[in-house]
Amino acid sequence: MTSDTMRRYALAILAHVALIAAWYAFVTYGHVPAYVMPSPLATVATLGGANYAWVSNSLVTANEIFGGYFLAVLVGVTIAIVFSWSSTAEAAAMPLLVSLNMIPKVALGPLFIVWFSYGIFPNTIIAFSISFFPILLNTVRGFREVEPELLELVRSLRSSKWQTFTKIQLPSALPYIFSGMKVGAILAVAGAVVGEFLGSSRGLGYLMLQVQVTLDTAAMFMAVILITLIGVVLYGMVIGLERLVVVRDARVQ
Amino acid sequence: MSSAVAEPFIRVSGLSKVYRKGDQEHLAIVDATFEVAAGELVSLVGPSGCGKTTLLKILAGLQDYDSGDVQIGSSTHPFDPSRDIGMVFQQALLLKWRRVLQNVLLPAEILGLPVRESQERARDLLAMVGLAGCEDKYPYELSGGMQQRAAIARALIHDPKLVLMDEPFGALDALTREKMNLELLNIWKKSGKTIVFVTHGIAEAVFLGTRVVVLTAGPARMADNIEIELPEPRTLDVKTSEAFGEYSRRIYHLLGL
Repeated sequence: MTSDTMRRYALAILAHVALIAAWYAFVTYGHVPAYVMPSPLATVATLGGANYAWVSNSLVTANEIFGGYFLAVLVGVTIAIVFSWSSTAEAAAMPLLVSLNMIPKVALGPLFIVWFSYGIFPNTIIAFSISFFPILLNTVRGFREVEPELLELVRSLRSSKWQTFTKIQLPSALPYIFSGMKVGAILAVAGAVVGEFLGSSRGLGYLMLQVQVTLDTAAMFMAVILITLIGVVLYGMVIGLERLVVVRDARVQ
Repeated sequence: MSSAVAEPFIRVSGLSKVYRKGDQEHLAIVDATFEVAAGELVSLVGPSGCGKTTLLKILAGLQDYDSGDVQIGSSTHPFDPSRDIGMVFQQALLLKWRRVLQNVLLPAEILGLPVRESQERARDLLAMVGLAGCEDKYPYELSGGMQQRAAIARALIHDPKLVLMDEPFGALDALTREKMNLELLNIWKKSGKTIVFVTHGIAEAVFLGTRVVVLTAGPARMADNIEIELPEPRTLDVKTSEAFGEYSRRIYHLLGL
């Protein structure tokens, strides 16, 4: 690690610590009531409360987020690949998908609950539906942006469709796929939590509604922090995978 | 080149190509006729829209044509269109995700050539184009001129008989371009390939070519096919010679400049 990157890491950590310190100072010296804003210490202290069932609720929410997200990546990338092979399929399905994308996915929540009942599944579907489109659209764009002359080059060598796909098209599109996956990761977290708000009997979103009734703001803060952490883990995994498979210069910033 | 007269490597006769867009017809190439002997370096020169790139793509088998005839190959130099074409474009078009050596190997992979021999050949070619030591670099670590050298090495990896170049140095700065011209002559001499070189630079066309085919736009037609006789080996001194100026003037005139 160069001293430049160390300095950047140090500054990033410092900013986070400063925010927590400011939060602490604001609550302590501003005499803010605990039901409006709990102190960082009170928030962390809720982790000891057995009746919150943090671990199982976190697992439920993580399950929905990861499940919906991976489904979205799988379906989004697959459909984009089909489009890259068949312009007819793209011309037929793309306008329909764009129309469907105009539906606010959150508005479908109550319907999903009717169709799939309460539980992990409808929330997974909401997470999926909300993160699917940016992944699809970015991947489609990635396949479109392949240099036409590069395709001519391999065509002059009479390359097979499969060779063109694996050697040129897919690696060219990868940076765009990751760009879509990063957007999708953030949306999947929002989707799952909204699903839990709409109707659920487990999960961190459900827990927030439960403790809201008793003005247990500290537990609500903790739930938000845990949801955020799940999102950070997912996002970190996507970035880590990107670093692994996409060469620096090719990444979409 | 008496043998060339006997049996040319490329024979283009009465070639025409029309682009149609709705009711509009755009004549890209009209009645182009010329022959190229094996081992020649032919420059196709002309303004934008004169059909020189189209002509190159027709030679590459990437586009069809409306009338006329194109034949490549001779009894002494048989031609297999799937493995005897190397291409270089204005942009180097290296794969950003591959190291230089792997980039050079791309055609060999597509054609399924033996891996070890190809790697050895790729190293030799990289040395020939002056990129020894850059095998494991990524394209973004190379300058524009170096990227284009790698692209030339890639075009030669499968030992094609014909190398098609579409303004390969057009994106480079003037000095780098001069340098690359000299290197291309060097590579051409060493490799013995037949090269078709598209450019809109008249001086470049004359300096490089054993023959210059002049194409004009609006109306698109082949204006001339000039055999260039300049002292060999060609050095930059040639550019200040009387003969060089004569050829250039003739082409300027043909292009209405």
